[in-house]
Amino acid sequence: MSNAQFEIQLIASLVAIACAIPGTFLVLRKMAMISDAISHSILPGLVVGFFITQDLNSPLLILLAALSGVITVILVERIQKTGLVKEDTAIGLVFPALFSIGVIMIAKNANDVHLDVDAVLLGELAFAPFDRITIGGTDIGPKSLWVIGIILLITIGLLIAFFKELKVSTFDAGLAASLGFSPVVIHYGLMTMASITTVGAFDAVGAILVVALMIAPAACAYLLTTDLKKMLGLAIFFGVFGAITGYWVAHWLDASIAGSIATMLGIVFFLVYLFAPSKGLIAVMYRERRQRTEVLLLTFLLHLKNHNEVEERHVNHLNEHINWQKVKSKTVLDLALKNNMILINDKIVSLTEKGDEFTSQAIDYIITNEDAQIEDMKKHFFLFRG
Amino acid sequence: MNLQDYFSLVFTDYTLRTITLGTAILGAVTGMLGSFAVLRKQSLLGDAISHAALPGIALAFLITGAKDTNTLLLGALVSGLIGTFWIRGIVTKTHLKSDTALGLILSLFFGFGMLLLTFIQKQPNANQAGLDKYLFGQAATLVESDVWLMAIITSICLIVMLLFWKEFKLLLFDADYTKTLGFNTKFIDVLITTFIVLAIVLGLQTVGVVLMSAMLLAPAAAARQWTNSLGKMVFLAAIFGAFSGVFGTAISASQDNLSTGPVIVIVASVFVVFSFIFSPGRGLLFRQIRFIKNRRDLELQKTLAFMYHIAETHEDISHPHTIKILNNFQGFTRKTLQKLVDKNYVTLDGAMWSLTEEGFETAANLYNQNFKKHE
Repeated sequence: MSNAQFEIQLIASLVAIACAIPGTFLVLRKMAMISDAISHSILPGLVVGFFITQDLNSPLLILLAALSGVITVILVERIQKTGLVKEDTAIGLVFPALFSIGVIMIAKNANDVHLDVDAVLLGELAFAPFDRITIGGTDIGPKSLWVIGIILLITIGLLIAFFKELKVSTFDAGLAASLGFSPVVIHYGLMTMASITTVGAFDAVGAILVVALMIAPAACAYLLTTDLKKMLGLAIFFGVFGAITGYWVAHWLDASIAGSIATMLGIVFFLVYLFAPSKGLIAVMYRERRQRTEVLLLTFLLHLKNHNEVEERHVNHLNEHINWQKVKSKTVLDLALKNNMILINDKIVSLTEKGDEFTSQAIDYIITNEDAQIEDMKKHFFLFRG
Repeated sequence: MNLQDYFSLVFTDYTLRTITLGTAILGAVTGMLGSFAVLRKQSLLGDAISHAALPGIALAFLITGAKDTNTLLLGALVSGLIGTFWIRGIVTKTHLKSDTALGLILSLFFGFGMLLLTFIQKQPNANQAGLDKYLFGQAATLVESDVWLMAIITSICLIVMLLFWKEFKLLLFDADYTKTLGFNTKFIDVLITTFIVLAIVLGLQTVGVVLMSAMLLAPAAAARQWTNSLGKMVFLAAIFGAFSGVFGTAISASQDNLSTGPVIVIVASVFVVFSFIFSPGRGLLFRQIRFIKNRRDLELQKTLAFMYHIAETHEDISHPHTIKILNNFQGFTRKTLQKLVDKNYVTLDGAMWSLTEEGFETAANLYNQNFKKHE
């Protein structure tokens, strides 16, 4: 591994960490699409900054671009407040317009400079180590490493300083306001930080992949934990994992590093989406199926309790009159038997004492509209779940 | 070339005619289907789908090796649909919210698309140049067969929309009711979504991945301001979309160095801003005017009520009082007094005023909702 390779991985990892922190809060606040809007609409800010300074490396450029990110957020909120359109439409209207203005400004004025739209949108991490900063003749490392490092330090500093405020205002804005933290200040603080991170990261990974680095690790983490600190930790881990594996995949395929980081994040998300314990697709489907069988069981038990006639309690009755499939009725019967809720005597089903108690309690909960209590009751009664 | 040249050439010049027709049809179909996206609160779906279509284009090229537009768009359609249904899977099966799902699919698919595009560029195949036109779109590359394709798909959309108009409308405004009526909501839902994806994919060549969402939203958002009827809204959105297409093409053709996509988006945004401000029912301007007018009416009523309470204490209701006693009252100005005189509620005699019979009657019933005005 050469020095340049190490530097690329270091930059990518720092970008991933810097994105994961604001990204976690954006996902929790249901504002993930704002990051997409910001990443597009920094373009006009960059172009204006370039016209003023005529220098692509000026810090003013970053400030103006971040400012235009914040302006996007304000514009979206203003439009939304008029009540003419919904929030998502407002987002969808603002950023393409600003992005188009940026593209047109570049096309009309900056054609002969190195400021093309592809570079803004896609970035090129592979060249990052070649753009170095030298002070007094000594080489102190690549420029993007410094830019993203400083942004990351500020982000971490702010996160530690305002962690409590962020936490409260994210989960309960009303409580935050009544405790005296202004949710507005925190909201715009977060938006400003997200804008600055986007701008700082864009020339390394490109504007759109900033969105991937912000949302995907946070979304994976959200499926795995309900603890904010753990979620931040996991998001950072997934971000860095995506960045480093993505680099090596790109190295192997000889393709865009940013694209391959996003692809790796996609694969990670897909796996988490499928296999996350208790919140992943498979766990959810399994739970839903169990729930369905248990509801059937309850229905069947209620039926038994209501009828004393022999013909209503015959095993075949399930297929013939309640119209259940063979497999379905067999599952339900087996489950009931395993849990000692019924007795089958010569194909006639009857409730045991336990089954009778379970059913009466369930009826009580159903008629008092406390259906949720049935879930707790199941834990008490069931030896085997559906 | 200036704008006049453009309009004189548009009917004779092959390229201009094709592009103009193409963008007009595209604007119409996206406006039409965009109305449904906006009303279903799926505005950002367009953005996500257009980005999600990118890997489809790249994969279609990798598999077939052909650069034929139809093949590539078919790839885009498939990957757009996969993206859409995955978004739905994320929202319904996990606790992630729709904004996170949209952002995820958008950025991850786009990233994968970029990986494939850069991978293709490194391949020893001279045919690959020009795939990146799908990023920002190039209306100039439209040829007659593309326009035909657009026209055919637009007419299919139109026919299906007319056939299923009732179902679409019902599902849009009351999904539960639709289900209880026995319609297959899943099928209708998939149908609308598929057509939205189709419209987006059609636009990729012209406007590009990045700006396609605006084509879907802007005409619909503008049309929404002018009407409360779905039929009118869809029609207006199609018109706005078509005009944005034509004007955008005209402006970009008459200037150097302007790509069509961004200009169309800007024109469509201008339509939106204009509608936001000037639409008579919902527009900001008329809303402000109504607001001021209501405030004036309220002040007038307040003055009248104040006068009524003074007049009440006298046996003769038209007993004259000096204007001075009104001076301490907040709602009072000379203008309101004059207005009351005009309405024949009050008569003036020098520095004295007195309520008329009519004014007294009105003031007495000011807060009585059931009182019918005899005007």
